[in-house]
Amino acid sequence: MTVALNGEEIAKRIAEVFPDSGAAGDEVTVVVNSDSLYQVAEFLKNTSGLDFDYLNNLTAVDYLDYFEVVYHLSSLKHNHSLVLKTRCCDREEPVVASVVGLWRAADLQEREVYDLMGITFEGHPNLKRLFLWEGFDGHPLRRDYL
Amino acid sequence: MDTLCGGIISEMAIKTEPFILNMGPQHPSTHGVFRMRVTLDGEVVVDVEPVVGYLHRGIEKLAEGRTYTQNIPFTDRLDYLASMTNNLAYVLAVEKLAGIEVPERAEYLRIIMAEMMRISSHLMAVGFFLNDLGAMMTPVLYMWREREKLLDLFEMVCGQRLTYNYMRIGGVSHDIPEEFLPALKRFVVEMPGFIDEYDQLLAQNEIVLARSKGVGVLPEEMAINIAASGPVLRASGVKWDIRRSDPYSIYDRFDFDIPVGSAGDCYDRYWVRVQEMRQSVRILEQAIPQLPEGEVCVKVPHLLRPPAGEVYGRIEAPKGELGFYLVSDNSIAPYRFRIRPPTLINLTALRDMVRGWKVADLIITFGSIDVCLGEIDR
Repeated sequence: MTVALNGEEIAKRIAEVFPDSGAAGDEVTVVVNSDSLYQVAEFLKNTSGLDFDYLNNLTAVDYLDYFEVVYHLSSLKHNHSLVLKTRCCDREEPVVASVVGLWRAADLQEREVYDLMGITFEGHPNLKRLFLWEGFDGHPLRRDYL
Repeated sequence: MDTLCGGIISEMAIKTEPFILNMGPQHPSTHGVFRMRVTLDGEVVVDVEPVVGYLHRGIEKLAEGRTYTQNIPFTDRLDYLASMTNNLAYVLAVEKLAGIEVPERAEYLRIIMAEMMRISSHLMAVGFFLNDLGAMMTPVLYMWREREKLLDLFEMVCGQRLTYNYMRIGGVSHDIPEEFLPALKRFVVEMPGFIDEYDQLLAQNEIVLARSKGVGVLPEEMAINIAASGPVLRASGVKWDIRRSDPYSIYDRFDFDIPVGSAGDCYDRYWVRVQEMRQSVRILEQAIPQLPEGEVCVKVPHLLRPPAGEVYGRIEAPKGELGFYLVSDNSIAPYRFRIRPPTLINLTALRDMVRGWKVADLIITFGSIDVCLGEIDR
């Protein structure tokens, strides 16, 4: 059975290493600032005992006040999981660091989020629309589209 | 002399200009509307870029405007070769979100349908893989012979042969008719013999071995890094099956093995699928005698309002980890409806798997991943 790690404990550990990350957690989730996302993700992947080697799912949700980018992480080695989230409040130009360098699983999924939600992933090697054509107006999965 | 076949472009080879070949969206080997922008040096693949979206229907957006129950038919239209498992993944996620318990009989019926669906999907995958190898239509007709029996069984249960819409939040839509179980038992008895027949015809076939052994290798480390799942991950030597690692529904009650490959090549992916069909038959053999009497669905409000919150539900679909990430704001429609498509993510490493191989190897490598465009494009 996959064990969902306690988000509060992980958030405390993250805050010790990265005091500026603003890490806060609840039962299964850790939320960090978008500026420190990449460092935190790297920490989660490379710290022994955590070893989040598998990025199950990457997506984003539009809460109108902010976008939330959601990473479902798990470790095949230890069979545990964690939900990592980050928020960006800028509706015009939301930017989050790309995690393709850590998990290539993010490659097509970040392109999908960019296409449908309009979030730019800084450092993505090939960030262009995935489903819709170049020149399409708007990002349909935003709640204010239509 | 001919080092091209070994996946290495020999320096002795004649220098040629790189050439861009557009394969698809209408092409028989792409299994749907899928386009590959292939850069070739002679016949050798230098680069390949998948282009998707030709079947994009915006299901995730449409689902935000419909009730939780109305969204079930959408899931049929994702991986339409495994509709039952899509139904199952979605209703399990909603039940997890709303805290709904399912009757025992419904749990068993769901497992029976999911395993029948796995056999059906793998039959198509294996059949078309051989088609891509150049064994035009003959092996796939053998596979269709058995798949047809499964489709007849599904038709008995819900009247449909492709888009079943059978699972409901809280159970399944109908109980099975009385002729279903005898027909299924007959299938379960016959099926291992048919799989032996495929093995006799194919598993040691010289052409199959020559064309697929060592071709399109996905190393273990890369398989994990790209979050490959299902047979693609297991063929690369990772013993990871959500039915065992994170059991859902009642999978913890059944005894089955997880076939694992070693080389991560096209042959292993083919082999893993054939072995998984045997294991699915084993699960069916155990589930049929245990099937209890009783209700098949609990009463759930038509306009279900799950408590505000979110859930990520995942199952081991035939093609890999199928996940549903649902966000509820306590209204009748999901606030966010995200589908984690296994085959889109399995495609991430296509370029690394085929670079340096020939066009014909690109076709079989792509075929061995077993994609379904309904699910990739959504």
